[in-house]
Amino acid sequence: MAERLSIDEVRQVATLARLRLSDEQLQLYRGQLSTILDHIAKLSEVDVEGVEPMAHPSDLTNRLDEDVVGESLPVETVLAMAPAIEAGFLAVPKVLPDQEQA
Amino acid sequence: MTAPQSIAELSRAIRAKERTAVEVVRTTLDRIEAIDPDLGCFHETYPERSLESAAETDRRIGRGESPGPLAGVPIAIKDNIVTGFGRTTCGSRILEHYESPYTATAVERLLDAGAIVIGKTRCDEFAMGSSGENSAFGPTLNPCDPSRVPGGSSSGSAAAVAAGLVPGALGSETGGSIRQPAALCGVVGVKPSYGRVSRWGLVAFGSSLDQVGPFGSCVHDAALLLGVMAGPDRRDSTSSPRDVPDYPGAIEEPVDGLRLGVPRQYLQDDNDPAVNDAVRSAVEVYRDLGAEIVEIDLPLTEYGIATYYVISAAEASANLARYDGVRYGRRAEPAPGEDLYDLYARSRAEGFGDEVQRRIMLGTYVLSAGYHEAFYHRALQVRRLISNEYDQAFEKCHALLGPTSPCTAFPLGQKSDPLQMYLCDLYTINTNIAGICGISIPCGHAEVNGAKLPIGLQIQCKAFDEVTMFRIARLYERTT
Repeated sequence: MAERLSIDEVRQVATLARLRLSDEQLQLYRGQLSTILDHIAKLSEVDVEGVEPMAHPSDLTNRLDEDVVGESLPVETVLAMAPAIEAGFLAVPKVLPDQEQA
Repeated sequence: MTAPQSIAELSRAIRAKERTAVEVVRTTLDRIEAIDPDLGCFHETYPERSLESAAETDRRIGRGESPGPLAGVPIAIKDNIVTGFGRTTCGSRILEHYESPYTATAVERLLDAGAIVIGKTRCDEFAMGSSGENSAFGPTLNPCDPSRVPGGSSSGSAAAVAAGLVPGALGSETGGSIRQPAALCGVVGVKPSYGRVSRWGLVAFGSSLDQVGPFGSCVHDAALLLGVMAGPDRRDSTSSPRDVPDYPGAIEEPVDGLRLGVPRQYLQDDNDPAVNDAVRSAVEVYRDLGAEIVEIDLPLTEYGIATYYVISAAEASANLARYDGVRYGRRAEPAPGEDLYDLYARSRAEGFGDEVQRRIMLGTYVLSAGYHEAFYHRALQVRRLISNEYDQAFEKCHALLGPTSPCTAFPLGQKSDPLQMYLCDLYTINTNIAGICGISIPCGHAEVNGAKLPIGLQIQCKAFDEVTMFRIARLYERTT
């Protein structure tokens, strides 16, 4: 049976999912995800005409809470968990291109 | 294996000063040290902290103060439920060194009741798996036969209770991760109704499906732990404000005019024949006790796996987007010229194992433009129909009986195909989809190559009807 997903589709999904995968991994997942999606295709057998989607099983609506300031984690505690910080901020690689290249 | 002592008995003995909490904790730590290297239930233990808490418990008892219903009782916590001490790894390299700055509500309530958190148990990475083989830190083995898996994803918690290392433990469920390992290890495991226990501090996988629940060696202990943990929490807006009944106090009561449903879809020929035999015998036990047995039709049962893997993967892909290598968790070494996207994509590729990556990809796919309607939206509609089907069934009976798992514990490495692994959850998954409650209790064994492999009886009840569920479970336990 032909694979449900092409290798380009799998690569595109990995890009969207922020996963840098090797070609071997992409091939492996292509086969496995195709098999899983073939099973999931069973859902098309069910008549869902006019059925309201059910996003969660909770019967609670608009649960309100007192508008009071509670305790928060200290900034130092939160920053201590970060793999890289600089001058009290989370450090990341450059996001914007250099001026001269822009 | 020694016969496990119940939580209730242990805590009574400690409060009556027949045993000290320090001695109980020390014995527990010694047993874990002696036995656990062969089983792999624990990721880490907290000897110093546990002994200090135990000494404090003994001092409080000595002063005549009330130490709580779980005084001095050692409890193990699945490693995806955060504690403000030690590490919480979720069985993943991406959180290998993560130390949570806060404690989950469920754990906090156990601590307030006097319990001693003895350690964290291994689990399938981010609770994704049905065998315990998906932990980045090694598999857990089944105490009944170490060549076999304990089930998953709450593998270490189930195995630790089965091996008598601890009298009780916490697990979490998204699609059967407490009940299935409970069945495969021969202990009691409970999936509470959605909203019964606060999810605050449970590392999110599928937020509309996740619940924290207890393991115990008997129904009473599971009821006791659930009673302590349950109830509203302002930090989880989906936690229910409903009153929490006295579960352990209620379990001996009869259910008036008991009617039990047996869905014809649950006793399929594809199941292990020993599982079907054991469940049929259990049904006969109830019939002999005077219960009316009614046949139920749940034709959508077989669509549960497909529905679940769309919804849970979609929710997982969103929830696990938080692991970015920036705020906490593993960060890939930056290479010259790499930008922020590279940092995310490499940190996540290095940090997540195969099964987690697969599910994030599946979730990303079913939510992406062009497929959202065909997969995600449709799965939510089928979810509604599955829920309706349960509602109709519960008009005819108090509870649904069936096998927890279609098979007994299988050998390590046997289910290498992801879809085959997913099919293990056929009978547990719809409970989470509908948000109702379910319990697995031991109902016999299958003899395989000289090993006695436990079989679990599953009892499902409507949402927030845990009292009836416990009573029906206890009725069987008391009789057999």
